[in-house]
Amino acid sequence: MSVLLEVRNLKTHFKTESGLVKAVDGISYHIDEQEIVGLVGESGCGKSVSQLSVMQLIPTPGEIASGEVIFEGQDLLKFKSGGAEMRSIRGAKIAMIFQEPMTSLNPVLTIGRQLTETLELHLSMDREASREQAIELLKLVGIPSAESRVEDYPHQFSGGMRQRVMIAMALSCDPRILIADEPTTALDVTTQAQLLELMKDLVDRFRASLIIVTHNLGVVARYAQRIYVMYAGRIVEEGTTKDIFAHPLHPYTIGLLKCVPRLDEEPDKKLVPIVGLPPNLVNMPPTCAFLPRCPYSSGICRQKHWPELRQIHDNHYIACYADIQEKQGESITK
Amino acid sequence: MNLSQNDTLLDIKNLKMYFPVTRGLLRRKVADVKAVDDISFKVKRGETLGLVGESGCGKTTTGRCILRLYRPTAGHVYFEGLDICALPEAKIRPLRRKMSLIFQDPFGSLDPRQSAGAIVGEPLKIQHLVSSKQEYGERVEELFRMVGLDPAMVDRVPHEFSGGQRQRIGVARALACEPSLIICDEPISALDVSIQAQVINLLEELQEGLEGLTYLFIAHDLSVVRHISDRVAVMYLGRIVEITDSKVLYENPLHPYTKALLSAVPIADPFVEEKRERIILKGEVPSPLNPPAGCSFHPRCSLAIPECSQAVPPLRDIGGGHEVACIRL
Repeated sequence: MSVLLEVRNLKTHFKTESGLVKAVDGISYHIDEQEIVGLVGESGCGKSVSQLSVMQLIPTPGEIASGEVIFEGQDLLKFKSGGAEMRSIRGAKIAMIFQEPMTSLNPVLTIGRQLTETLELHLSMDREASREQAIELLKLVGIPSAESRVEDYPHQFSGGMRQRVMIAMALSCDPRILIADEPTTALDVTTQAQLLELMKDLVDRFRASLIIVTHNLGVVARYAQRIYVMYAGRIVEEGTTKDIFAHPLHPYTIGLLKCVPRLDEEPDKKLVPIVGLPPNLVNMPPTCAFLPRCPYSSGICRQKHWPELRQIHDNHYIACYADIQEKQGESITK
Repeated sequence: MNLSQNDTLLDIKNLKMYFPVTRGLLRRKVADVKAVDDISFKVKRGETLGLVGESGCGKTTTGRCILRLYRPTAGHVYFEGLDICALPEAKIRPLRRKMSLIFQDPFGSLDPRQSAGAIVGEPLKIQHLVSSKQEYGERVEELFRMVGLDPAMVDRVPHEFSGGQRQRIGVARALACEPSLIICDEPISALDVSIQAQVINLLEELQEGLEGLTYLFIAHDLSVVRHISDRVAVMYLGRIVEITDSKVLYENPLHPYTKALLSAVPIADPFVEEKRERIILKGEVPSPLNPPAGCSFHPRCSLAIPECSQAVPPLRDIGGGHEVACIRL
């Protein structure tokens, strides 16, 4: 499959009163056609900011300091955020679903109006055609009695239903890429499962690619083909899902897998927490950001500049100096 | 668990908590929200019972009824043999010494103007558990050490702590009166993944160290509940649909809702995920204002037959303490 979106050395910084926050500090990743990619990390690791940067939706005081976002042969970062070129891509060719289904819909417009707005803007449909298309879209995402519900306001929908509307809206212009930023975090478990399954089916049907941004390792294990693990604004490990779960090589990934209880393991198995706290992104040290929490650190980690991603084999890369052989010796997963 | 494991600490019988829905100027009652509708279960001293379910299933309400933060509509809560539902308000306070609560939100549940030490020590003063200033100081320091906080931080205020540390303050406060029961209401869901394990381990270590400490662990995250609990009760729309050992729950779930709930939780292992059967429930949880007749799960259930909508299925023991409320089993 050919590469659909390629992000090169993206840096997004926020100028705050306490200093420069390097929320995204030089990340490169790509997504192929019809691929599902997972972007995993904890809050504040820059996973959402990296996606908002691609869409050029960075709020002040943030700014994209450098990098390239290559999509269909063009560098999206060359476009003005509010310009016509960017607007023709944002929401149309690259669509996004946000975490908060409660706040990402406009409370004073009907669901129908919010759907037709996108259709009229991007596909130049007229009122009647767009309304019909809106109803079709609501049916597509499994909203019962779509003909009447199209007139409803967001508060008349439950959380799960609102997120379905968001999916309908994102898919309305037949996007090439769907970015789902923690799409199900605010929802109940069974609703979560429904929506992820729906999203996967629709992405298959529309032959689109999907980027799932999440902190939930289970979700990526279930859906993603490839994974990027982020920590403190940088990618620390990348590889195919199976490779990463079978042989995690970065100490942070290993730590994450050990500290989350699994449904299928012995309940009395002790969890191994990652010691310490995620770093403050202001005034980051020049060394590896995970160093203070890392059980595998050695002298080299303290002396050298933070590690760049290096290839271990095929598609597996890690940003770590530690000896991999030694780490593979112990049983990491079950 | 310790020697006194057959000793029942908490015995809940036919507990109901209805909230009235009122309309109009005269606040006329028009309906009831049956948040908790006739549930019964027991918790042994020293064990951890997990209470799991989706939002609105009544798990938090159950916890609050046990603490008598709500006065239940009907039913009994026997705590150490005493029916606390029948007690007058004045007799509740001494009882609160023995039961405490850890809240979900480590930001909202701590007074931002109080020092960490004052937050942890306040229950000691209210319950008159210390006789001198020195004893108070020593006890607060001890509590700080128990939860893995540096006693030198007693004078700091909550915003100086991280989320995980704040939750430790909440745990220390809950432990202050040496309670026998702690109700943990979603204690880790507001924390980061790498911090969650720290708090789970802390709760487990405390239980190992303090004889007879019992938890009612309320959460929506099934893998966490299963990890920390000895037994798990699954709730759906105000009722318990299944109670069993946490091991059995994953290996042999019986209620169709439990099965769907388990299957909805992804396991962080692509090889396991490939082979797992996925049960995707249709529709959403109905409103507790107007729950379906009979078994409230029947409209979404793949096993449903006409009889399911006739009567509420009772929770029955099918052997080994595995209780399930379904007529199709």
